[in-house]
This record gives sequence, structure tokens and C-alpha cells, in this order.
Amino acid sequence: MSFLPYAVAAWLFLVGLYGIVTSRNLIHLVVCLTVVQASTYVLLLAVGYRTGGTAPIYADISTSRKVVDPIVATLTLTDVVVEATVAALLLSLAVQAHRRFGTLDPDELGAMRG
Amino acid sequence: MTAVQAVALIVVAFGGTAVVLARDPARQALVASVFGLSLAVLFLAFQAPDVALSQIVVGAVALPAMITLALRKVQRREEAQGDER
Amino acid sequence: MSRRLRLCVFGVGALGFAALLVWGLAGLASFGEFDGRYGQLLAHLTVPERKATSSISVTTFDFRGVDTLGEEFILFTAAVGVLVLLRIQRAGEDVAAEPARTRRPTADSKTLRSIAAALVGPVLVLGLYIVAHGHLTPGGGFQGGVILMTAFLLIYLAGTHLHMGRARPLDAMEISEALGAAGFALLGIGGMVLAGAYLQNFISFGMVGSLLSGGVIPLLNVSVGFEVMGALLVVLAELLDQRLLMRRDHR
Repeated sequence: MSFLPYAVAAWLFLVGLYGIVTSRNLIHLVVCLTVVQASTYVLLLAVGYRTGGTAPIYADISTSRKVVDPIVATLTLTDVVVEATVAALLLSLAVQAHRRFGTLDPDELGAMRG
Repeated sequence: MTAVQAVALIVVAFGGTAVVLARDPARQALVASVFGLSLAVLFLAFQAPDVALSQIVVGAVALPAMITLALRKVQRREEAQGDER
Repeated sequence: MSRRLRLCVFGVGALGFAALLVWGLAGLASFGEFDGRYGQLLAHLTVPERKATSSISVTTFDFRGVDTLGEEFILFTAAVGVLVLLRIQRAGEDVAAEPARTRRPTADSKTLRSIAAALVGPVLVLGLYIVAHGHLTPGGGFQGGVILMTAFLLIYLAGTHLHMGRARPLDAMEISEALGAAGFALLGIGGMVLAGAYLQNFISFGMVGSLLSGGVIPLLNVSVGFEVMGALLVVLAELLDQRLLMRRDHR
């Protein structure tokens, strides 16, 4: 049972990868990429969790209380915002590909000229 | 592992599968929004409120907005080309 | 390579990868038993050394500030990339941009427009609060910047325009993004000049729990907040053919 977080992270990674490989639409592909990104967030936070620990904000708890690891939370929170902007960049690449090739199907890119 | 964490993990796993299986991008944007919210609940259950705060706004608002807008740009171009023919 | 062959190759590869992944993950410490000393050390040093109460904020902007600098510039570069791609595309475009008199998507629903207009003020204040209190409670530049972006998006959904005197709102958002990114780098240089190391703290730490504590961290929060808000607004505006941050008398 304690393997569940890691299993969910592995499952999300594989399912996202399956979506990317079998995608027929570039925009659908980018959203599957965000699922793969989500798997890394789940893995990071699952690694840093400590049983009985609470959020590492000392505004209302004493400094000797057990807290979860703050480093993984730092990595994940900057990552969430940055990956959204990278997804925007990939979406605009998809829009540009549609303009050049006339299709959003990855299998037909480079074959047609719009 | 608490019950909340276990339930949140299962919901996230199903949500991720639903996002991949929704082939139409317009529908997928909505499913991605719900998936983002479920991820935020999971992050809260893992005692990381900062991450949950980021994920709520990005995953439920910004990302579906960007997907829908990119889709609209593509559809407008297709409509214009359809009118030309 | 045909599609079926590609799927078979993927299937084989995925099975092997899944086996390796599960084997690797099984070698991790059991869930909840993580005993990382570095993280615990940073958490315990937060209040005595930096006089701030949010150890995540202190880790982001002080102990691991250089990592955040790199992430911030990834954000900046990605936003610039979106602008370059979409503006050059529009310059050579044969499809007309959205006409200025297009009915807004919420034009028919008075309820939606009133709710959106009513929410702009509270969301703006919430965003500013979260940016300002980043070193005390959960929050900070990244979260607050995204919430501020939502406030401006609500203006668009309410069917009105942002009025900023003679300035173009889009220019103001681009300047905000640039100032945020430059501000972070310059505060680091200030640390180098005034305290000896890049991003080293050079302001007094103040009292635990007060708004002006934590040294340089509140300033870094503000600059990151401006940058995230500017970057996301500019990206969304470009995806909307610049109708998002249009001036009322668009020329």
C-alpha cells in the first residue's frame, strides 16, 4: 500500500507517453505532455513526504514540530508555473505547424503543403 | 498513508487516463482542468500548500485557457481556408 | 515506418521501461520514511537564520536562489518564444486577426459579466496579498503572479477594457515582465556588490513575523510576481490576437 504514490507516478508517466505516441492531433499531444509533467510532481512530493509531518510553515507551529521536506516543494512549485509557459510555447509551435502544413496530424506533417 | 491521500491518488490516476483518452482537444481542455484540480487536492494531502496554490490557478485556469485559445486560432484558419475554396 | 510497427516498438519499449521504473522505484525509501538531512537542516534554519516563517519561500529565494533564477529565465524565454512565433505569424498572415468589434464570448450573459466585473477587485487584492506575504504564509511571487494574471483575465471576460491613461496595456505588461526578470538578476548583483556573493542577503532581517522580515526575500517575491503576471498575460494576449489587453479606442 505504501507503494501506491510511486505506482501512480509510474502509471501517469506511461499513460502520458502512450498518449503522445498514439496521438493524431498536435494539441492533444501537448496536453498528454502535461500529464507526464504531473507524474514528476507526484513523484517529487511523494519522495519528500514524512509520516506525521505537516507543512513547513512556522507561522503557527513550534519550530520543533516534524515537517515534510521543503526542498521538493520548492522544486515542484517553480516547475508548475514554468511548465505551463513551456506548454504555451509548444501550443504556439502547433499553431505554426498548422499554418505551414495545413494539418495538425503528426503523421502527415511534412507530407502535405498547405 | 491516510485515506485522503489514497483516494486523491486514485482520482489522479483515473484523471490522467481520462485526459489521454479524450481525443477531441476541446473536450480534453475541460478534462485537463478537472485533472488539475484533483492534482491540487493531492498536493494539499501531501502537506504542500504552496504547490497546491500554484497548481490550482495554473492547472485549472491558465492551461485550459491556452489550449482553448490555440484551438480557436487553428479553427479560424481552417474556416478561412474553407471559405476560400 | 508504419503506424502499427511504431506501436509495436513502443509497446516493447514501454514494457521494458515500466519494468525498470518499478524496479527503480522499489529501491526508494518507503513512503513517509524519507530521512533527508539537507531538507531538515534547511527547515530548521529558516526561523533562526532568516527570520522568515515560510521555509519553502526561504528555500526558493534564499538557500536555493540560483535555481529559481534559472527557472525564472526559462519562463521569460518561453514567453519571448511564444511572442516571436505568433507575432511573425500574424505579420505574414492571410487570415485576418479577430475584428475589433467582435462580440466578446460573454456578451450575451449579463450575470457572467457582472460576476466577472465584481470579482476583479477582490482577486487583485488577493494576488497582491499573496505576493506580499510570501515569506510568512504559503504563497509568494509565483503563486501571486498567476492570481494577478487571473484578475486581468476577468476584466476581459467582463467585456470591458483596461484603461491605463495614454499607455497601451500590452506595453505595460511587457515592461512588467521585463522589469521582473531584470529585477531578480539585479538584486543578485546587489548582493554581490554589497555583501560579497551573488544573491547574498544585504538587507537587515527584521523581526520574525513582520511584513518587512526575511531580508531580500520580499523584494524577490515582488519581482517574480511582476514577471509571472506579465509573462502569462502577454502569452494569453498573443493567443487572443491582442484583444485581451486592447485599449478602448483601438487603432
